[in-house]
Amino acid sequence: MRDNIVALIVEAARELGDQDEIELPVELTADTRLFGEDGILDSMALVSLIVAVEQMIEEQLGFAVSLADDKALSQKSSPYQTIGTLADYAAAQQGASH
Amino acid sequence: MSQPVTLITGTRKGIGRYLAEHFVARDHQVIGCSRSPTDWDTPGYQHFELDVCDEIAVRSMFSAIRKSHGRLDNLINNAGIASMNHSLLTPLKTVERILEVNLVGTFLFCREAAKLMQRARHGRIVNFTTVAVPLKLEGEAAYVASKAGVKSLTDVLAREYASSGITVNSIGPTPIDTDLIRAVPKQKIDELVARQAIKRLGRCEDVANVIDFYLREESDFITGQHLFLGGL
Repeated sequence: MRDNIVALIVEAARELGDQDEIELPVELTADTRLFGEDGILDSMALVSLIVAVEQMIEEQLGFAVSLADDKALSQKSSPYQTIGTLADYAAAQQGASH
Repeated sequence: MSQPVTLITGTRKGIGRYLAEHFVARDHQVIGCSRSPTDWDTPGYQHFELDVCDEIAVRSMFSAIRKSHGRLDNLINNAGIASMNHSLLTPLKTVERILEVNLVGTFLFCREAAKLMQRARHGRIVNFTTVAVPLKLEGEAAYVASKAGVKSLTDVLAREYASSGITVNSIGPTPIDTDLIRAVPKQKIDELVARQAIKRLGRCEDVANVIDFYLREESDFITGQHLFLGGL
């Protein structure tokens, strides 16, 4: 499941990059930093990505997640630090709902 | 342009019902919601039964809208409740319920609508505040506080959503002859109306007129504004 979510986040990031003309690295992996130091997105782009990922998970993987989080912009414990941590966060939510 | 998709909360009766019929007549695809079923129906209107503060139900309605329409053009946050009472005689449960429906419900709908609208980089959100806010109306402390909250929420969301092409404005109606004010003594309403520049009760048409203005394509440079009826 995590791999599926990682792939989906990469797809969402690519779409967002095209739409908003954001220059993204050639390779996006689970270790790619999304936000903060060396992050590929600014805070508004991060918001757009989170929303897109929520919608794509529901559409393509068939379950609803809420990726809203109070620790969103915290450098240390944000679930949005990397593509991998975001995937873990979404997967944990799916696990919790079953 | 294809038919606009317009979501209106609190459409079972009163202003909400009027607005639903108004926008159906203007060829919008109208989606409405209320806690209980409507005793009316019209082609071009789809109803959801839910409580506006029930996050799971609200999110699943938005998911259904995304699946069936693929977008949302307009959100009209009309649902609201009031309770006329001196604060010393107001149970906390009443305060919590008013804040929940009027403020938390509005927040939830704005958030979910903006998620849908930002994909299209276009959207219009209209929230409901009230003339009771600038009038600092005694006997409506919780209601006025909740609607002042809606006004501030509108200000901030206008800024947060501007880069996504979404405008967020509010309308502040005067008393209108609906269930919301039916329990209020006539003398109180008369006193209120006397404080307006134009001394008459509001009409649903007055509200629809302001919303029509906010929804116009040409209104894309108007956001974070509050329009009070009756000359407050």
